[in-house]
Amino acid sequence: MLDDFFIRALLAGLGIALVTGPIGCFIIWRRLSFFGDTLSHSALLGVTMAVFFDINIAFSVFVISSIIAIILLRLQKTTKLPGDALLGLLAHSSLAVGLVVIGFLSSIRFDVMGLLFGDILAVNQNDLLLIWIGGALILLILKIIWKPLFAATVNFELAEAEGMKPDKYNTIFTVLLAAIIAISIKIVGLLLITGMLIMPAAMARNISNNPIQMVKLSIIGGLLSVIIGLFSSLEFNSASGPSIITAALILFCLSLIKFKKSRIE
Amino acid sequence: MSKKNKKILLKVENASFSQNNKWLVRGVSLEVKQGEIVTLIGPNGSGKSTTAKIALGIFKNTEGEVNKFTNKIGYVPQKISIDWTLPIRVIDFMSLIEEPSDDQINIALNLTSVEHLKNKNLSDLSGGEFQRVLIARAIAKQPDLLVLDEPVQGVDFKGEIALYELIKKISEELNCGILLISHDLHVVMSATDFVVCLNGHVCCSGTPQVVAKNNEYQELFGDRASSILSLYEHKHDHTHSTDGSIKKKNN
Repeated sequence: MLDDFFIRALLAGLGIALVTGPIGCFIIWRRLSFFGDTLSHSALLGVTMAVFFDINIAFSVFVISSIIAIILLRLQKTTKLPGDALLGLLAHSSLAVGLVVIGFLSSIRFDVMGLLFGDILAVNQNDLLLIWIGGALILLILKIIWKPLFAATVNFELAEAEGMKPDKYNTIFTVLLAAIIAISIKIVGLLLITGMLIMPAAMARNISNNPIQMVKLSIIGGLLSVIIGLFSSLEFNSASGPSIITAALILFCLSLIKFKKSRIE
Repeated sequence: MSKKNKKILLKVENASFSQNNKWLVRGVSLEVKQGEIVTLIGPNGSGKSTTAKIALGIFKNTEGEVNKFTNKIGYVPQKISIDWTLPIRVIDFMSLIEEPSDDQINIALNLTSVEHLKNKNLSDLSGGEFQRVLIARAIAKQPDLLVLDEPVQGVDFKGEIALYELIKKISEELNCGILLISHDLHVVMSATDFVVCLNGHVCCSGTPQVVAKNNEYQELFGDRASSILSLYEHKHDHTHSTDGSIKKKNN
């Protein structure tokens, strides 16, 4: 039974998986896995701002997430703290600030569950448009900056020494990351977006031996997770977002089995 | 081989760099010309790598001036940390920044004797193998300026000699300028056109012959160091055997 809402959910999920595949690889490579958590905390602030100023949620989350992301880059440059400590620092401070702001705006009622899990089954056509146009833009920019960004990811100093301007491309990448969070937060929620960024890429890492292959497998893994997850949520009447993540988990486990086999051979 | 008409590739004038309110190097001046090997020597912590990084623009000099007259630069850093979460083969690494042709990649890997590792993952290489790949990557696209920060560390003894010969050959054949950081004083003295001896500042600089006679140099490196040059001068055509004898004196 394929209803309209289901097709829309599927299209939204597939659109997001196409973008999270390659971006997720960079997150794994750069050890930014906590980034989703950090941005989820900061998104609380973003959503609060959106409600307060009556502006678009995606736009507001994008702006706040970008600011947090750029602060992270600055701190990485100027302090000696490792990335995960900085992410934790930013996560908790933005959560605290978000909660303080909410406290002042007592008129706002806040749907925390909606923020965490989203509602992929309630996707409307505007949401789809935002995902596919926004997603296409993100992928296009990522393709353009692929080489310098990849060089900066492998080794910052080599890239800098040989004229690749890694600082610039690191900044563009974090803004892209904020953008994918922003276009998908309302629809799939933060739990799902973080999972979609990390899990397919982690699965792909187990079974690939070069970067391009890993990106391709990560995209395929994400698409499969969305398809399997949504269809099984329809079949078993389970929550759709968590079903997608569960499907990604199963794929990840399968990749582990295959990995061990190929090692023994 | 007249040295007067050679193009200057890199000119560092009176450059200083400070970090956390501490001067790492002060007042370094040097220039690298086409077909010339300039070597930085000095004890640990004397600012050799820092100087190389200032020259490359990785560190922005706090004082002085750095000018590069080419964009074709190959860099072999002293330390490189590649995160092993990244699956990357030697062949992917070779075209990380430049886009050398297949032939250029093969030739470069062949020169550093690691052609057989082409499809291996970087994480599967030994330290010495990785070092050879680093050098191959830097020379694949035939740069105008090579900056080599202790390029043969971790390489076996036989390979070390071969790689230093390769570096010499590259500077002659490609007519590129090389800024080399090395601890192997013998190599420095026999294969270098110009030596800069650092110890937080430029201790002394000049041709190997001039530097070896300098008092400050002798203080920094001891008697053994000054005797190297005489060894070199006396056994001019027996470079390899003298290499060995120097190495053994590791006490």
